[in-house]
Amino acid sequence: MTRSVREELLEKLKAADVGLSSADIDSLVDSLTSDVEGDATATNKKLLSEIGSVASYIHDTKRELASLRPDEIKSDYLPTAADELDAIVGATEQATHNILEAMELLEELTEKLPDAEMSEKISEVVTQVYEACSFQDIMGQRVSRVVNALQHVELKVDKLLQAFGNSSNLPATDKQPTPKRADGVNRPDEDLLNGPQLPGQGVSQDDIDALLGFD
Amino acid sequence: MSEVDMNMPILIVDDYKTMLRIVRNLLKQLGFNNVDEATDGSSALQKLRGKQYSLVISDWNMEPMSGLQLLKECRADAHLKDLSFIMVTAESKTENVIAAKQAGVNNYIVKPFNAATLKKKLIAVLGNF
Repeated sequence: MTRSVREELLEKLKAADVGLSSADIDSLVDSLTSDVEGDATATNKKLLSEIGSVASYIHDTKRELASLRPDEIKSDYLPTAADELDAIVGATEQATHNILEAMELLEELTEKLPDAEMSEKISEVVTQVYEACSFQDIMGQRVSRVVNALQHVELKVDKLLQAFGNSSNLPATDKQPTPKRADGVNRPDEDLLNGPQLPGQGVSQDDIDALLGFD
Repeated sequence: MSEVDMNMPILIVDDYKTMLRIVRNLLKQLGFNNVDEATDGSSALQKLRGKQYSLVISDWNMEPMSGLQLLKECRADAHLKDLSFIMVTAESKTENVIAAKQAGVNNYIVKPFNAATLKKKLIAVLGNF
């Protein structure tokens, strides 16, 4: 006995895991088959085949997207990138202040020099250092723009996750962690390559010395 | 002889403390020592309404009130409308310069800048010193 169009459609859509609830699939199939009654004729078979292809395409796309691990990008990579950029701005700002402080002291000392020509020359050099230090402001503004771009990417990834679900839908075999390096090359000490730590994280030199028993 | 009162009160406005320090030092080298600081447009406006300044040197890109908003507030205020105002900013698109000009800026310095440019613009706004 030939199965009804409705039964075949239901089976294909459920098998394809298109991300709809059972009730939604029932409702979709009802609307699709409202004009197609009876057994699967040649025309209806063609319709079934097309819908099956679409369902299968959706399923494959979902699987591909999930294997990109958008949840990992959102939870690990984007926050890390933003934190690192903030740390760059903080560190360069501190370094720039240290340079400026040293230059201000030098300028004060220069005023006390008996040699006017020498004093003027040093003052010119100090001015050049002041000018050069303005890089920090420009860099900070550029980094802010990058952080904004990352936040935009994060929003898009969020929407992707909402639309297609996360990698928990993946079969266990596809749940490989993303390599830490973009070029995919893994080193034996990959797990130890954490880079410079953010302020307040990691251990201090004193802690290290204590740990190793050094003075 | 200088046409300019080197002791004139100047307000510098920037949300980067590094820039405030650099501009203050460059002004000091040029002989201007009476310099106050603000880190955004709102606090600058408060200071401008509490003390008479001769010149404002302001960044553009600040929150919550930008340098352009500060400039517009000044020009709309009967007591501040004639205040000399120099914009110092990394915003270097033509549309930015036009907007600042339309708002009544006295001069415009693009970051990064050097001491010679700062001096040239100060002379253009204040006169020779």
